[in-house]
Amino acid sequence: MGISIIINSFVQLQTNDLITVFMNWFFNFLTSSIGRKVIMSLTGIFLMLFLIVHLAGNLQLLIPDEGEKFNLYAKMMTTNPIIKVIAYGNYFFILLHAVQGILLWSKNRSARRTRYAVATGASSSFASRNMGWLGVVIFVFILVHMGQFWFKMKFGDLPSVNYGQYADGVKDLYTPVAYAFKQWYFVTFYVISMVVIAFHLNHGFQSAFQTLGLNHRKYTPTIKVVGSIYSILVPLGFAIIPIFFFFFR
Amino acid sequence: MKLTLKVWRQKNAQDKGHFDTFKVEAHEHMSFLEMMDVLNESLIAEGKEPVAFEHDCREGICGTCNMVINGRPHGPMQGTTTCQIHMRHYNDGDTIVIEPWRAKAFPVIKDLVVDRTAFDRIIQSGGYISINTGQAQDANAIPIEKDTAARAMDAAECIGCGACVAACPNASAMLFTSAKVSHLALMPQGRVEHSRRVQAMIKQMDEEGFGMCSNVGACEAECPKEISIDNIARMNRSYVASVLASEKAV
Repeated sequence: MGISIIINSFVQLQTNDLITVFMNWFFNFLTSSIGRKVIMSLTGIFLMLFLIVHLAGNLQLLIPDEGEKFNLYAKMMTTNPIIKVIAYGNYFFILLHAVQGILLWSKNRSARRTRYAVATGASSSFASRNMGWLGVVIFVFILVHMGQFWFKMKFGDLPSVNYGQYADGVKDLYTPVAYAFKQWYFVTFYVISMVVIAFHLNHGFQSAFQTLGLNHRKYTPTIKVVGSIYSILVPLGFAIIPIFFFFFR
Repeated sequence: MKLTLKVWRQKNAQDKGHFDTFKVEAHEHMSFLEMMDVLNESLIAEGKEPVAFEHDCREGICGTCNMVINGRPHGPMQGTTTCQIHMRHYNDGDTIVIEPWRAKAFPVIKDLVVDRTAFDRIIQSGGYISINTGQAQDANAIPIEKDTAARAMDAAECIGCGACVAACPNASAMLFTSAKVSHLALMPQGRVEHSRRVQAMIKQMDEEGFGMCSNVGACEAECPKEISIDNIARMNRSYVASVLASEKAV
């Protein structure tokens, strides 16, 4: 009885402490203008790293082995426990990035109620002014993309192929991917989405560093160049795959 | 030279506002504000209400001659305030659209004049140093490296006009606030209160209803004093460091 009171009051104290001391300042930080931007920046950096891994996986589609490497890779990605944990983190970060982006967008729009009669846009880049709209297109792309491939792989009834490593074979994701990449409307949608992602990344890459305050006369020019290269090469790498399938396979 | 002006007219913050069109006969040697004076003289002579615009020093250091001219704060010239623009940069027959700064945090008082006291409140929240009064110290008692002094001076050039807010698609006040944070942070006298200052000024900036920085860079491009967004990066990292490391929340 006495012990439970002590434990209870201790738990109570801890909770209160957390709320008043830790949560208070940390919550204030996360909801401050810079805190919100830091969330955008960190989730953005995570997603940029994810894109590299994703691209490395997708490029296996180009190997002329009727999809063996790709299907084995897809099997590993859906069964490996470490990948699973990272994947759930990834879904969460995509949603957090999107939700936070919408909050920033609406707050920023409300900060200027009357718009200018003359808008030049001369002093800033197209991408930087349109991150919200670019983000919306990317989000639609992700939904279509996940519905088409991710959902099929996870919950769909895909036929199995056996390469010998697994007794009951692996799901054949390669066939629906190859089929989708033969449809002109899907290839067009995919390539346009990659162009949109390129613009989004072009601003996002260097912006992520600026937001974290990682700005330095020695390093910033390099960051900008690396950002430009990254934002062209990565979407290009993704776009090449459906184009290659459409014309050459 | 004959010009057509489309000028924003608004009685007060509640009024919806509209554009009025005027014909003005200007001379190429006139400054932009002298051209506006000519317009107002003629309006007064006709018994009409002159266009309200703010002006004070007319030499580019007071930060009051704030207008968005053809979509650009302080007009078309790099690193120049409205008062320092001359009509020789325009051609006979040009149409010039003049609007006030547009931001929720800068409500229109009348026509082209906006209320920028939000900036004053940001300064009051921490844009100062606390020192003992009495005999002034010798200016050279604390050695400061030339490069550091120059960077502090670059930030201190900010005249608080608000062109950064006007230019930013988000109406963010980050360039102004970061310039004020930086010019003090770079000096030994200002460094003492830096951690507390950066939190207090950002808190106030957020409360005033300015938008959030999305690293567009329009502020830096349109700033009449060419303040760099390097200052914003400095403020960002100072803020994160201050929030995570300081023992007292502001």
